[in-house]
Amino acid sequence: MGILSKSLLIFPIVWGLLFSNSGYLSTHSSHFSPSDTSQVPSSFGFGRLATQAEIDRIDIDVRPDGKGLPQGKGVAAKGKLIFATKCVACHGAGGIGGPNGSLVHSQVEPTKKRAEKTIGNYWPYATTVFDYIRRAMPFNAPGSLTNDEVYHLTAYLLSANQIIDSSFVVTPATLPTIKMPAQPLFVPDDRKGGPVIK
Amino acid sequence: MKNKIIQLTQRDTKISRRKLLGGAATAAVAIVQTAEGKNVQAALTQAQLSDDDPTKKLGTFPGEIGTRSSFEKLVKDPSETSSRSPLQDFYGIITPSDLHFERHHGGVPVIDPTKHELLIHGMVSKPMIFKLADLKRFPSVSRIAFLECSGNFRSGKETLRPQEICGLTSQSEWTGVKLSTIFREVGIKPNATWFLAEGGDAAVMTRSIPVKKGLDDVIIAYAQNGEAIRPEQGYPIRLFVPGWEGNTNVKWLRRIELSDQPFMTREETSKYTEFVNGKVRQFSFDIDARSIITFPSYPQQVEKGWIEIRGIAWSGRGKVHKVEVSVDAGKSWQIANLQEPILDKAHTAFRYLWKWDGNATEIMSRVTDETGYTQPTLKQLVEARGESNGYHFNPITAWQIKPDGSVLFKPESFR
Repeated sequence: MGILSKSLLIFPIVWGLLFSNSGYLSTHSSHFSPSDTSQVPSSFGFGRLATQAEIDRIDIDVRPDGKGLPQGKGVAAKGKLIFATKCVACHGAGGIGGPNGSLVHSQVEPTKKRAEKTIGNYWPYATTVFDYIRRAMPFNAPGSLTNDEVYHLTAYLLSANQIIDSSFVVTPATLPTIKMPAQPLFVPDDRKGGPVIK
Repeated sequence: MKNKIIQLTQRDTKISRRKLLGGAATAAVAIVQTAEGKNVQAALTQAQLSDDDPTKKLGTFPGEIGTRSSFEKLVKDPSETSSRSPLQDFYGIITPSDLHFERHHGGVPVIDPTKHELLIHGMVSKPMIFKLADLKRFPSVSRIAFLECSGNFRSGKETLRPQEICGLTSQSEWTGVKLSTIFREVGIKPNATWFLAEGGDAAVMTRSIPVKKGLDDVIIAYAQNGEAIRPEQGYPIRLFVPGWEGNTNVKWLRRIELSDQPFMTREETSKYTEFVNGKVRQFSFDIDARSIITFPSYPQQVEKGWIEIRGIAWSGRGKVHKVEVSVDAGKSWQIANLQEPILDKAHTAFRYLWKWDGNATEIMSRVTDETGYTQPTLKQLVEARGESNGYHFNPITAWQIKPDGSVLFKPESFR
C-alpha cells in the first residue's frame, strides 16, 4: 500500500513559528554582563569566507522538504540485498529483532506494554531515514555507502514497514512526499516550569 | 600480610642518597613480627623502614602533572553507550573533568585541533569557516553550569548507587565564545529560526536548536575547568547549551547551518522524544528540576547519632530556590541549607543535619526551582504523563536506612 501525498509539509513551518525570534535583538545579551558586549565592532574579521565547494563537501543534511537530497534513486529489492550483507547483524533478519534494535514494525510481544519504536510506527519523516543512514551507518563503517545504496536501503526499510509499495522508486522528488504513520502523534513540548507537573 | 616492625635495634646513620632513592642496602636492623606472630630480628631497607611513616620517607619530587591519590578509587561506570559520574564520591559542585559523564553515538574521535574547522552557513550573509585559533580570538565567556543527559534515570533494585540512578549529570566551568558573537560575525538572516549543529564524530550527530536559544546563552566551548575540553567532551570544540538536555550540546562541533525550520534529525525524532498521554513530546529541551541525596546513599554505612545529609540539586530553568529533606519517608519536610554559590542552571550543594535514632526510616530530598516547579514523586510523574518511562524522568529519590546502618535505594514500581 503506498500512501502518497503531494500536499505541502506544513509541520516544519509550524515548528518554525513556534520558536520565532521576535524580540531577540533586545534581549539576547541578558545572561552576560554588559561589559562583554560594549564596544563590540560590527565584525572582528576573524575566520574566513567559506567557498561553495567547501560547503558542499560536508553539507550532508536532508530536511523534511527534501532540501539536501542528492541525485540518485532506490528500490526495495536492491535495498533488501544490501541490508542482508551490511545491516542484518545489528538489526535482525528483515529488520526485526536485532541486537541494536528493530527497524521494521511487527506484532507487539505479549509481555510488552508498548511496541518497540521502529521506523514504521515511530519515525515522523521519511527523509530522516535517508539522512541518518547516510551520515552514520553502517555502525562499523560509517559514511561508506554510496548515495544510491542509501536510496535503496531507504526504499527497502519503508517498504518492509508497509509505508510504500515494493515497486516505489525513492528519488529526491518522491521521498519528501511519503507520509509517515506516526507523524500526527508528534506535538511540541509544553512544559514551561511553574507548579504544574507535565 | 607483611611483617610489622616492633623495635629498631640498629640504624645506619650514614644513609646515602642512593639508598634514599630506592637502594636496597640495609638501612636498619629491627625486631619484626611476622605474619604468624613470631618476633624475629631482620635487616630492613630504607623503603621497608619508612613504609608506614610518611615523616620517615622522602616524598615524591615536583612533577609535570598531578595525580589522584592511590587511595582514591574514583571511576566512572561505563556501558556500551555511556559512562556515569560517581556522584556519591564528589564534594562541592565541580565534577573533575576526567569523571564527567560520557554519552556518545559513534565513539570518541581523535581530532587534530590545528586541522579542525567549524563551518557556519545556510541563512547567513557570509558563510564562514573558523579554525580553533580563530574562535579563541573572539571575546570569551566562562560559565559554571550542569550538563545532564535527558535519559538519566535508572531503578529496579535496591543496590543502586547515585552513580547508577542518575550519574549522567556533571558540572564544569565551560569557557568559549558566545554563539551570538559568531552569529553576528556571519550575519544571520532575520528569518532564520533554527540552526543545525553537527558533530565531527563517526555518528556525525546532529540536532536542531532554535536560534532564540542560540542568541540567549549558548557557548561554543573550547575549555572545561581551566584546560582544553577533554576528548570525551568534544575536543576541540563543543556546543554548550545551558539547562538543555545533554544531546543538544553537540560535541566535536564541525558545522552549523541556519534554517527557517528544524531538520528533523534522527536524534530529535526517533530518539530524545517521549510518549506523553498518547502523543509524542518533541523538542523537550529543558531539564526539569531534580535533586538527590548523595550521602548517605548505597553502599555507604551510617552510625546512630549525628549525620550530615548531603546532596545536589539543579534545574534547567534557573536557580535552585529551595531544597527540602524528609527523614520520615516523606511525611514531613524540612528546609535544607544551600551552599553558595547558587548559580543559574547549576548543580547546587545542599546539607541537612540529622540526628538518627537508629530506627529504620527513609530519607529523601526534593527541590523547588525559581519558576515554582517542585520535583515530583514517581507517582506524580506517571500520572501526569500517562506513561511510565521515557526521557526527562526526574522523580524524588528515596534511601532506606536500615537499623544496622546500611543504606539501600528504594526502587519504586513504575512499569
